[in-house]
Amino acid sequence: MYVSPVREPLISGEKSYSKVTEDIYAPMTGKPGKLWFGGLTLALIALGFGLFSIFITVWDGIGTWGLDRTIGWGWGITNFVWWVGIGHAGTFISAILLLFRQKWRTSINRSAEAMTIFAVMCAGLFPLIHMGRLPLGFFIFPYPNTRDVWVNFNSPLLWDVFAISTYLTVSLLFWYMGLIPDIGTIRDRLVPGLKKKIYSFLSFGWTGSARHWARHESMSLILAGLAAPLVLSVHTIVSFDFATSVIPGWHTTIFPPYFVSGAVFSGFAMVLTLMIITRKAINLEDYITKAHLESMNKIIIATGSIVGIAYITELFIAWYSGVVYEQYAFVNRAFGPYWWAYWIMMTCNVITPQLFWFKKIRRSFLATFIISIFVNIGMWFERFVIIVTSLHRDFLPSSWSMYSPTWVEVGIYIGTFGLFFTLFFLFIRFFPVIAIAEVKSVLKTSTEKFIKKGK
Amino acid sequence: MQQKAFVSGYYLDDKDLVEGIKALQEKNIEIADVRTPFPVHGLDKVLKMRRSNLPKAGFFAGAMGTAIGFGFQAWVFTEAWPLNFGGKPFLSVPSFIPVTFELTVLFAAFALVFGFLIRSGLGPGAPNIIFDEEVTNDRFQILLEVKSGNSDQLQLDLKSVGAEGVQHHDV
Repeated sequence: MYVSPVREPLISGEKSYSKVTEDIYAPMTGKPGKLWFGGLTLALIALGFGLFSIFITVWDGIGTWGLDRTIGWGWGITNFVWWVGIGHAGTFISAILLLFRQKWRTSINRSAEAMTIFAVMCAGLFPLIHMGRLPLGFFIFPYPNTRDVWVNFNSPLLWDVFAISTYLTVSLLFWYMGLIPDIGTIRDRLVPGLKKKIYSFLSFGWTGSARHWARHESMSLILAGLAAPLVLSVHTIVSFDFATSVIPGWHTTIFPPYFVSGAVFSGFAMVLTLMIITRKAINLEDYITKAHLESMNKIIIATGSIVGIAYITELFIAWYSGVVYEQYAFVNRAFGPYWWAYWIMMTCNVITPQLFWFKKIRRSFLATFIISIFVNIGMWFERFVIIVTSLHRDFLPSSWSMYSPTWVEVGIYIGTFGLFFTLFFLFIRFFPVIAIAEVKSVLKTSTEKFIKKGK
Repeated sequence: MQQKAFVSGYYLDDKDLVEGIKALQEKNIEIADVRTPFPVHGLDKVLKMRRSNLPKAGFFAGAMGTAIGFGFQAWVFTEAWPLNFGGKPFLSVPSFIPVTFELTVLFAAFALVFGFLIRSGLGPGAPNIIFDEEVTNDRFQILLEVKSGNSDQLQLDLKSVGAEGVQHHDV
């Protein structure tokens, strides 16, 4: 295979196939460090607090939230959309970048997909809690009930149910199918015992047979082909929740592409935030290099710029439409009582990612880490701005209102962080964080120095 | 159960493996299985594997998802319980598309994954025999089935094409 001499190696250091296994297996062996235990404890405390807040919501009712009759959606839906957005990076990396044959994805796809699954789980909680009566959550599915009533298939909220649950299922299948060869690798490193039995069970009896590999490859490629439009469909449908309504500021056709690029933008930011720490904490610096950082930051510039253009287009169209309500909604966003949220959003999402045009910045781990946090904050405020500022001053000035969250809403948000990080900490301890087999398959062409073992 | 036996040998490089397989094929020796730590490209051609039927399975399941998804929504809103939503037609095709699409993807994905697992004999706790635990690390293994007790000859053949660690396994 021809490899351009100017192309940077994706994996630094001297590597042989067995060295790769060793490096990626290493964080799973021995006693976990203090950092891991500390992190997990913190995550579990946050999760506990979240569960308590959910309990209060269900026990005392939705009145414990800061919502009122004007502002029916607050932090709950903001957090839902934010988490779903975060959950767009993983499948984007593993599906769309697989179709584009981007080899650099092999070092980050596994962990990004895991984050996708955990983020979508966190997201899914919010609509369920928002229903108020958790045990009746199954009402959202069309099942043959005794009253002969079906769900409303014309409603975007129902499309959401299908989109999110399909996305979670397909992402989970895709992720686990990619994992079984690597679980097989872990199984074969373990000494006989209970742990080996568990990994043996989870590895689905993987042997590495050429026939299985051929099928595995053909399956992965088609799954990627299916998952690619799926990723785009999920946030499109989430944006329909807003776009199909008649609220000024929501009722715009630009929403689907704008939401999808915003989702990929925030998802990549979250993956960067976490992987920059993880690569240091578990010594994977050779596998997640500056080249990876740069490639991901380029996608951040692209999607961030699309988001920026979308903001400006929205403003332009509001003016150009000549509709006073639409115009007021946008003037109110920028200069109304929630002006600070709007300008935080503008600064974090439009200005900070443009710094990545400088090569020094997009190749710096520290700068990327800081900017990625700004993007996460900015994208949270984007959803807050869209939801709260569009709702709080509606058609009748007598019902105008202001919204601020109660501790219960904040608690549930903290709780989803707890859930996300609990799962993430368990994942980096018990599963290979990098796709071992996939890295090996690009090793010969992409390593700084490949060592051929044996003769 | 009938006793089976295999002879195995391994290479440490994928290129050597492919050459070894070609040499064995020239001697008209049937290869039972090849096991590798990662997918070696071009191996399917060398081993003359049939093209997988998974794409077809995925396509048919996806088409089924489309039909079921669309058909069910159409049935609910025209036959089972027609509801008037703001004067829109009962059979409002555009608003059925999202759910139809999601079900297409869901059905196809399930067919692909379960098709793959069933055809490959993989599943939770599947009792497949692993002859060499280093295969999932860095060894590229060739397996030859021993028929009518020609184990020694097969071992010699494997060694002659450059395989290392040639061994006999009874199953």
